[in-house]
Amino acid sequence: MDDFLVFEGLSKSFGAVQAVAQVSLTVRQGEIFSLLGPSGCGKTTLLRMVAGFETPDTGRILLGGEDITDLPPNRRKVNTIFQNYALFPHLSVRENIAFGRRVARQPRAEIERDVDRMLELIQMEAYADRRPDEISGGQKQRVAVARALINKPRVLLLDEPLAALDLKLRQHMLMELDLIHDEVGITFLYVTHDQGEAMSLSDRIAVMNHGRIEQTGAPAEIYEAPRSSFVAAFIGDTNFFDGVASAQSGADYLRLTIEGFPPVLCYNDKGISVGAPVNLSVRPEKFSLSREEPAADPLRNVVRGQVEDVIYMGAQTKYWVRVEAYRLAVTLQHRRFALDEKPITWNEAVWVSWHADDGFMLERYSEADEELMNTPPEEVGEEWAPEESEGDAAGSPAP
Amino acid sequence: MKPGRIPRATLILVLLFFYGPILILAVSSFNASRFGGSWDGFSLRWYRQLFHDRAVWDALRNTLIVALVSTTAAMGLGTTAAFALHRYRSRLQLWHYGLVYAPLVIPDILMGMSLLLFFVSLRLPLGLLSITLAHITFCISYVAMVVLARLQDFDFSLIEAALDLGASRWTAIRHVLLPLLAPGVLAGGLLAFTLSVDDFVITFFVAGPGSTTLPIYIYSMIKHGSPPMINALSVILLALTFIVVMLSQHLTEKRT
Repeated sequence: MDDFLVFEGLSKSFGAVQAVAQVSLTVRQGEIFSLLGPSGCGKTTLLRMVAGFETPDTGRILLGGEDITDLPPNRRKVNTIFQNYALFPHLSVRENIAFGRRVARQPRAEIERDVDRMLELIQMEAYADRRPDEISGGQKQRVAVARALINKPRVLLLDEPLAALDLKLRQHMLMELDLIHDEVGITFLYVTHDQGEAMSLSDRIAVMNHGRIEQTGAPAEIYEAPRSSFVAAFIGDTNFFDGVASAQSGADYLRLTIEGFPPVLCYNDKGISVGAPVNLSVRPEKFSLSREEPAADPLRNVVRGQVEDVIYMGAQTKYWVRVEAYRLAVTLQHRRFALDEKPITWNEAVWVSWHADDGFMLERYSEADEELMNTPPEEVGEEWAPEESEGDAAGSPAP
Repeated sequence: MKPGRIPRATLILVLLFFYGPILILAVSSFNASRFGGSWDGFSLRWYRQLFHDRAVWDALRNTLIVALVSTTAAMGLGTTAAFALHRYRSRLQLWHYGLVYAPLVIPDILMGMSLLLFFVSLRLPLGLLSITLAHITFCISYVAMVVLARLQDFDFSLIEAALDLGASRWTAIRHVLLPLLAPGVLAGGLLAFTLSVDDFVITFFVAGPGSTTLPIYIYSMIKHGSPPMINALSVILLALTFIVVMLSQHLTEKRT
């Protein structure tokens, strides 16, 4: 069943702020699908619509072919892992996990058996009688997962589930979530602002910005062939060039004119025609750097530049190379024993080259997106962000 | 004078004026002498006498009836008021907040007068009913304020979590919201209870024949009764209030 969870033209506004704008998506059964974007991009609102905490202004949500748009939260076969886990503080771990089944009034023996199985799955048998404030952050998260999974949801919704954990624990829990997914095979809808989490966990990712979906695809597709400058800059580092498509070169390539550069060859998979303005983007690790001019190759672009900055990072070295008006970010991976070589260093004149297939032309470009690369992901979009999870029950009191 | 002496002197004076009278009261309640002037030896005579005084028992009964009924009613109404204040936001809510807050600051004597006029104009007979209604009126405010403070700390994603796990709205309220809010409601209730038990001014205005409460009885005893008995009664009242306040403190501090 390929069209398992379907969003059809969903929109939602909070006052004057459009949180979600005309989102259409299809999530496949059994996959881990991530909604990735900066804060305020509408990803949480979208998730809350699936959970039933927000009603879309327009559009429909289908789950397994059934329209669930107007069902109340308690009648949807989906469960949520909340960002702060929302474990019931007055109940023990065991009672927390059993909660969903208790309210469904299932036989006590059956509940007990399943709770025991869940405790085993999350390896928390020894903590069954503790209260939530007596266990660690990672353990809380596991309890939240068990509390959701015991209800056998058709989709598990995860709202930034790792945001509250420290880095090391986050990586550990990421692996654990992946293992749990393999074990239970339930569809995961995962909301995060952390591109690393999304890339490593997801089967597919939808990148969101300002309430819209910028691009949907497998992690490698999103990284290697971003459609917009936003996606290119939000996920990883990149270099942007403005130019004009000046000539066709063979059937598949375009020759571009970029100020200060010799003609640049680029693979044309977007059907861009000669004469159109073009935004070219090249990832830092796609460049090669050398002291001597590289051997001639009709598909390699070669320019001369001067090293302005070097940062040695062990496995890699980052260079900033001045080429006319551009300051290129270049990452070199060290594959050989580096001490035997005389590394390229500050102020040296170098040749920068890259293969015509390794650049990508963007469908949409905004200068503002270049700033994204210098901003930590959790701060992106903050100056713009509306109160995303403004539920009607939450919020500050009147006076 | 050295600067260090002023705070110390202040402390001593404060302690003296705060606790001196209470101490004197407590000691004299055990004094065998009829008049407070001299110490005639330790005695439980006044407590015994108090125990055999029917009127005291009646007053105590009235006080407890009024306190229990008004506390219960105020817990219900005050909690719903707090919910309404927390949940809905509009310009009208400012007025609502003002209304709920007002009884905390309006002088008792004014409350008493206005309630009396109100009951009289309604031709409501003055008695236990009118006292209870008056007590509910000011108790609501205290409960509402305590519960509202609790609600402001409440993590409403817990309710969403309950709904998400299949609970109906009512189940979520019963199994998640109420258990977590109960200490707050109870603390508000205990506060209301102590205020109701020792309210004099408002009660004095709206009381009628046969509805004497303890504070009013004590007042009348001062006029034509036996002072040592008042001492004994006051100590009992003090102990009761103290216990209830401690209980309420304990509940408020115990964060869940």
